[in-house]
Amino acid sequence: MRRRRDRQRHHRRGAQLSRFDVLIIGTGHAGVAAAIHLRQAGFAGSVALLGEETELPYERPPLSKDYLAGAKARDDFRFRSADFYAERGIELIPGERVKTVDPEARSVRCASGRTITFGELVWTAGGRARRLPGAHAIRTLADVDALKDELASASRVLIVGGGWIGLEAAAAIVKQGKKVVLAEREERLLARCSGRALSDFLAARHRAEGVDIRFGGPSPDPADFDLVIAGIGIEPEAGPLLAAGAEGGDGVAVDELGRTSLPHVWAAGDVALHCNPFGPDRPIRVESVQHATDQAACLAKAIAGDPRPYAAMPWFWSNQFDLKLQTVGLSHDHDEELVRGDPASGRFSILYRRAGKVIALDCVNMVRDYVQGRLLIERGTRVAPDRLTDPDLPLKTLVD
Amino acid sequence: MPIINVTTRDGRSKAIEGRAGRSLMENLRGGGIEEILALCGGCCSCATCHVYVDDEWLAGLPAMSDDEDDLLSTSGARAENSRLSCQIPMSDALDGIAVTVAPED
Ligand SMILES: Cc1cc2nc3c(=O)[nH]c(=O)nc-3n(C[C@H](O)[C@H](O)[C@H](O)COP(=O)(O)OP(=O)(O)OC[C@H]3O[C@@H](n4cnc5c(N)ncnc54)[C@H](O)[C@@H]3O)c2cc1C
Ligand code: FES
Repeated sequence: MRRRRDRQRHHRRGAQLSRFDVLIIGTGHAGVAAAIHLRQAGFAGSVALLGEETELPYERPPLSKDYLAGAKARDDFRFRSADFYAERGIELIPGERVKTVDPEARSVRCASGRTITFGELVWTAGGRARRLPGAHAIRTLADVDALKDELASASRVLIVGGGWIGLEAAAAIVKQGKKVVLAEREERLLARCSGRALSDFLAARHRAEGVDIRFGGPSPDPADFDLVIAGIGIEPEAGPLLAAGAEGGDGVAVDELGRTSLPHVWAAGDVALHCNPFGPDRPIRVESVQHATDQAACLAKAIAGDPRPYAAMPWFWSNQFDLKLQTVGLSHDHDEELVRGDPASGRFSILYRRAGKVIALDCVNMVRDYVQGRLLIERGTRVAPDRLTDPDLPLKTLVD
Repeated sequence: MPIINVTTRDGRSKAIEGRAGRSLMENLRGGGIEEILALCGGCCSCATCHVYVDDEWLAGLPAMSDDEDDLLSTSGARAENSRLSCQIPMSDALDGIAVTVAPED
């Protein structure tokens, strides 16, 4: 009897022992894009999309926006239906966490003990939310389901961190009639990624909507709140690759095609430390849907035999209250910030320049500048500041 | 359930059963039209949900906002009947609507 059970178990494991021509780790924006673009590029080999989460792959942006606010249902933001993957021969392997990668054997080993070998490995494992004890995070659908369960009966909410996710959560929650305190340890909002004009504008708007923003330390006592949320960034999920000898540090280093320093191992998305053609002269990570999708598409095409360096224009968006915030370019290391239009009107843009060239724009309810500013960045045109800030001059008329 | 007739970039046609209340983009994506990337999830930020709407259906659609107009102007493939499918709510009145996925920019 015992023997039979052992044999059965062995057999079951044997049936799972498998190999894929392309094995993608992580079912987020980058992983799903890699799979879809492999097929779009005509890749005919076997493809598996393996990830720790058990949900049918979904988009993350609504988690801190419409889903948290109750304006979208759980199934309203799946990338694709289950049939879609099946029809294209993309095998979904949910609920498996890769613990180690063996680049010589070309295999990964999961926490469950399952081993899978690969022809090419695509590492799109993103990042893990930094957590505070007793606080909720907003990274996965499971995170937000747990948060919403408690939110229903909470009336005082503390949000730690004044970055994009903290601000979006504050907007979604204060609208539900809760008392919201947002604690930011820096002296301004979005200190890591945006200029002062945007910080000040958003702080004023959130305060006007009833969010109690506290800058600097010490953080309020969590005991005074029914619910605490931490929006304090992520740690890139690079451990297994770094342990296998891949170059990197704060992420996994990749080249312009998405190749890591390990043969047959690629990476894209939040985890990828790369030199962005629109960024500074040092490797950076970019956390955005655009980057995850386009970098994954780039490596998928390279695997399918059409290698073209990653060169997509970065863009990003956020929604808070009735504000549509859109960013194009990357503002890292800017040395100048120009405000175009009047923030008090609720419609304006901020142009970031480095050495006289526009490198990025943050646009608030200003789709036109968001669209046309891209040309300024692409062309690298030098324009006098007084012309850039004249709202009557459409940006597209300023490029040569 | 309103039917959506889609022509993909390779010229093939497919009829999808739509769901009223969802956007045309969500219906196309949910219906397996992989060319509709819809990267921004319907936030009017990406223009990767661009379609051409058959002329007879154009007039019955909600008017285009300035934002949609601006975003569409980034597309080299813009035509008279271009729309961003995320900006079109599906309804029973649109039963039978015919759209074509615009070329990739
Ligand atoms: C709440 C929220 C709101 C956002 N809003 C916006 C927005 O408005 N606009 C925008 O541009 N960007 C936004 N972003 C950022 C954007 O979602 C990310 O940049 C994007 O998800 C990155 O994609 P990725 O595939 O690299 O990583 P992820 O989406 O994080 O996917 C990684 C996946 O890998 C899995 N995984 C990790 N480790 C392992 C392992 N060892 N084994 C197996 N599986 C593993 C994870 O469980 C996860 O499912 C938002 C992010 C969040 C969290
Ligand atoms: S989905 Fe991005 S503009 Fe329509």
